[in-house]
Amino acid sequence: MALLHIAEPGMSTAPHQHRRAVGIDLGTTNSLVASVQSGTSAIITDATDHALLPSVVRYRVDGQIDVGQAALAHAHIDPANTIVSVKRFMGRGINDFQPSQRLPYRLVDAPGMVAIETCLGRKTPVEMSAEILKTLRRRAEAALGGELAGAVITVPAYFDDAQRQATRDAARLAGLHVLRLLNEPTAAAIAYGLDNSSAGIYAVYDLGGGTFDMSILRMQRGIFEVLSTSGDAALGGDDFDRRIGEWLIERAGINDLSPQNLRVLLSLARRIKETLSTQEAMRITLPFAGVSAAEFVLTQAQLWALTQDLVSKTLAPVHRALRDAELSIDDIDGVILVGGATRMPHVQRAVAEYFKQAPLTNLDPDQVVALGAAMQANKLAGNHHADDWLLLDVIPLSLGIETMGGLVEKIIPRNSTLPVARAQEFTTYKDGQTAMSMHVVQGERELVSHCRSLARFELRGIPPMAAGAAHIRVTFQVDADGLLSVAAREQSSGIESAVTVKPAYGLSDDDIARMLTDSQTHAGDDMVARALREQQVEAQRLLEATQAALDSDGDALLSKVERSEIATTMSLLKEDMHGADAQKLHQSLDALNRLTTEFAARRMNRGIQRALSGRHIAELGI
Amino acid sequence: MSVTITPRAAQRVQQFIAKRGKCAGLRLAVRTSGCSGMAYTLEFADTTQPEDLVFESNGVNVLIDKKSLVYLQGTELDFVREGLNEGFKFNNPNAKNHCGCGESFTV
Repeated sequence: MALLHIAEPGMSTAPHQHRRAVGIDLGTTNSLVASVQSGTSAIITDATDHALLPSVVRYRVDGQIDVGQAALAHAHIDPANTIVSVKRFMGRGINDFQPSQRLPYRLVDAPGMVAIETCLGRKTPVEMSAEILKTLRRRAEAALGGELAGAVITVPAYFDDAQRQATRDAARLAGLHVLRLLNEPTAAAIAYGLDNSSAGIYAVYDLGGGTFDMSILRMQRGIFEVLSTSGDAALGGDDFDRRIGEWLIERAGINDLSPQNLRVLLSLARRIKETLSTQEAMRITLPFAGVSAAEFVLTQAQLWALTQDLVSKTLAPVHRALRDAELSIDDIDGVILVGGATRMPHVQRAVAEYFKQAPLTNLDPDQVVALGAAMQANKLAGNHHADDWLLLDVIPLSLGIETMGGLVEKIIPRNSTLPVARAQEFTTYKDGQTAMSMHVVQGERELVSHCRSLARFELRGIPPMAAGAAHIRVTFQVDADGLLSVAAREQSSGIESAVTVKPAYGLSDDDIARMLTDSQTHAGDDMVARALREQQVEAQRLLEATQAALDSDGDALLSKVERSEIATTMSLLKEDMHGADAQKLHQSLDALNRLTTEFAARRMNRGIQRALSGRHIAELGI
Repeated sequence: MSVTITPRAAQRVQQFIAKRGKCAGLRLAVRTSGCSGMAYTLEFADTTQPEDLVFESNGVNVLIDKKSLVYLQGTELDFVREGLNEGFKFNNPNAKNHCGCGESFTV
């Protein structure tokens, strides 16, 4: 006998047509799954009533794969085959990880994305994430009594296209139909926004296990819009654990820790952190033999002093997000706390002091993202009632195209709301040019070499025309999921070429925060570099055009003196072109331009003469 | 001769109604569809309709239209947990046959 749930008026589904949809928070430390039933979004717990599934996968020698608590329990016994915080590897190349990070895994450089060598062979982060998603899917199907129609999976707002695509691939591998990828802060806002039906501008402060993510959202007439995002991809609750761990090591006089004992120590540190969020002090007993002191007491105040700098470190991205949104603290109507680490009282106090108001904490910060995702999934699956809301997200980094000289022409500026489409016209650089190479890049810098390469494709079959005569329209389109498609079309012939960015995984990747800071610190150099490159491109073009003119008409139209003068100026320009002085290059460029003006005029006259000679005036139709 | 809600189901319904806010009651109905002919529907009700009969059972307002009541006489609405799955269940003495999944029935 099937079990029923209460539907909204008029929204009862026909038998066998229940569209079971879930929201999944695929977190760095923990993952959750939630769904809307009887009009209420709720977390789906496992058979033992646990809501959180530790995002840990363990590959066992006997061929079995453990996920969650079972895997976590073996993390310190079998560290090389037990992968924690898989999310940090998603869409990343091996160069994104410094040896100094001391990961207990055997990282291997696989095409496109880093992989990990385990006892069951080489596994990619996509496969590992899929194991976590599979576990959540099975849990949800058992609880909802049937196959899932689809899922909304949340990703950090700073995830780039490669990381989003990797998340989609993982879902597909786990047999989940992805209704949409949703930014985590937006999901949190949905969870709060609908429950409290409030309008205004909100700050979402998300301090998770391994990442800090700050977003400014606007809610208006039921519409959510992300105004700006910023964050720190290497700051989270784990850093607090490590700080406590270091304190324990120092106090207990431990010299050397095996990887196993390090894990034991860190899980003890996490327990201390959690306990001291609600208690004033805690008695700690170290589970190691042979340490100089094994028992001591840590107070809340001590813990705060120990980790205050980590809390302060979160405030810079907060400030940046506000500045990007062009808002001040007074504009913020509310602050939403997300992530287990925001349970710590000194974090809440710091946020409250910064924003001059108490943050919203009435939903469980560990669950709020999954709850919001479930509400969104329910709506996308067609189970939602009439008062619809729409979602607007932003792109985290500008998208653009490479132009001559390795310069970036930005087509869609960062923080544009999604979905978005922008077009711009380009033209050919050489006479008779029939093909154009399109290079799609992401980033804030002026030179392609400083940005991230996303895709390359070619537009072929352009009809031969003079340089600059072709109209090539390049259209960038980013859909609601943040995936990009680029099309190029030659307007006169209608030939077209397009690419849907199957983003290159982890290609010479940098983290977004750094790319943004770099674009600020290098703003000056970038401007100079751009000016120089522009001059170089122009110089190259002029040299080629002059050479071609000399070859065809040089003997007939120029005296020996004139010709050698032009040759000298050309070689001067060639020299300056390879230098770094934009000013000097500009002068030589001007010199050659002036010197060849007369030559160009003579060529034009001769061309006209040729066209007219020997023809009757009537033929010309003047 | 009426429709009842078990205390456990009533408690759940009240929780859901409290979370949802304004609500006139719980609407039970039967409609023709599904593989065995009839299907139950269970909805929140915003307003009472003229053709509705209103019962009260364990503190919950139950709304049933007259046509549906014929098929629902003596039905008990329960809330049960089966493994990880939990939800509402109609115990209907009128139902003679269920389809395999139990989502629809015949009288």
